[in-house]
Amino acid sequence: MSSNKETFGKTVGFVFAVCLVCALLVSFSAVQLKPLQQANKLLDQQTKILEAADLLELAKGDIVGTYNKYVEAKMIDLDTGEFIEGNPDLFDERRNSRDASKSEKPKNDIAGINRRSHDAVVYLVRDGAGIIETIVLPIVGSGLWDLMYGYVGLEADLNTVRSVVYSDHKETPGLGAEVVNPKWKALWPGKKIFDEQHNLAIKLVKGGAKAGDVHGVDGLSGATLTSVGVEKTLHFWLGEEGYGPFVNKYRNGGLN
Amino acid sequence: MSSDAKKVLTSPIVDNNPIALQVLGICSALAVTSSMANALVMTLAVVFVTAFSNLFISIIRNHIPSSVRIIVQMAIIASLVIVVDQVLKAFSYQLSKELSVFVGLIITNCIVMGRAEAFAMKEKPVVSFMDGIGNGLGYGFILMTVAFFRELFGFGTIFGLEILPLIQNGGWYQANGLLVLPFSSFFIIGLIIWAIRQWKPEQVEKD
Repeated sequence: MSSNKETFGKTVGFVFAVCLVCALLVSFSAVQLKPLQQANKLLDQQTKILEAADLLELAKGDIVGTYNKYVEAKMIDLDTGEFIEGNPDLFDERRNSRDASKSEKPKNDIAGINRRSHDAVVYLVRDGAGIIETIVLPIVGSGLWDLMYGYVGLEADLNTVRSVVYSDHKETPGLGAEVVNPKWKALWPGKKIFDEQHNLAIKLVKGGAKAGDVHGVDGLSGATLTSVGVEKTLHFWLGEEGYGPFVNKYRNGGLN
Repeated sequence: MSSDAKKVLTSPIVDNNPIALQVLGICSALAVTSSMANALVMTLAVVFVTAFSNLFISIIRNHIPSSVRIIVQMAIIASLVIVVDQVLKAFSYQLSKELSVFVGLIITNCIVMGRAEAFAMKEKPVVSFMDGIGNGLGYGFILMTVAFFRELFGFGTIFGLEILPLIQNGGWYQANGLLVLPFSSFFIIGLIIWAIRQWKPEQVEKD
């Protein structure tokens, strides 16, 4: 060991050199891997949307091709329910809901999201003949621990549920995390969000819904707060402050 | 491989296990052991980070000014961890979604710094590299064992394959809710330490 390695100048120089090498390593890997990471993220999102539209089996692994063939993403203004111009690929709900100019505090924030983006993306899923079969709506709401992000797939009447798919959550494994259990997800298809008078009626029933109840879905056992979160998320997003105006406009197959 | 290098590589697995004997790195052993796939990826990440941080720190060990040596070690370890995180995001998006926070926390895993400070600062690069791999494997051995019990009895699966069919999926097995929760690892790690010390009584501390 050299005796003078502890001088101030040498120490600073050494630290600077180490930082330079580390910074090069980190930025090189970040820049090189970015395209792959973005492709992965997009693929994950498209997989969830296809799952929400019940097209995963049809896709047989070809996610991108199936998505591009059947799914059309469109921007809407949540307050009016009208379609608006805009590039859905550039839309980021999470970023918008942190931006005060692009979001607002809901008056009745039952889903616990704090701020809601003015705009939203809806996914119109067509069948082979071009008829809209499913509308996939992104949803977000508080679970027990944190926000849970997902999609609800509705049939063209905007009332009958095709699926509820959570893509990102931090619920307790084995309890709240059962929101992604296929058995539980299989309870959703055919349930009705609204009753005859167009009031929100969908509910999660602790202990299990009665047979034949078109509005009731079994709650998750051992995860009451997650179940309440799912119900409130649906009520918020399909209510007046969520997709309500959009649903009112295009109820009963008005999109086709 | 010389017998010395071999010893450095294998002794951390049982004889000088970082978790069971040195009781380092317990925090992440609690967090990522709910499934075997997570534990395996975490093991690979830690093997990579300890091996290369040991290697790089050993290469420059004679030039590191001792007044800033900890921060230099941290800079190297942190850079490696960021690289691991980026690679995971690029090649295994699903796992990175589950593990991302914990991969970041490898920086604070005491095993990595402990080996850098205790071994790599004194020894030659190649043997330090071996020591890093060995300690990563020792950590991984405990992680995989804990994850095996937690996943099998907590979810009825091994690497996601159904072994014990759960009641909620139409089978007969009532999942053990305790093992699903992170702190259950304390019990399993405790039992592993007990088992190792029964087998190798020289590890028992004299009071």
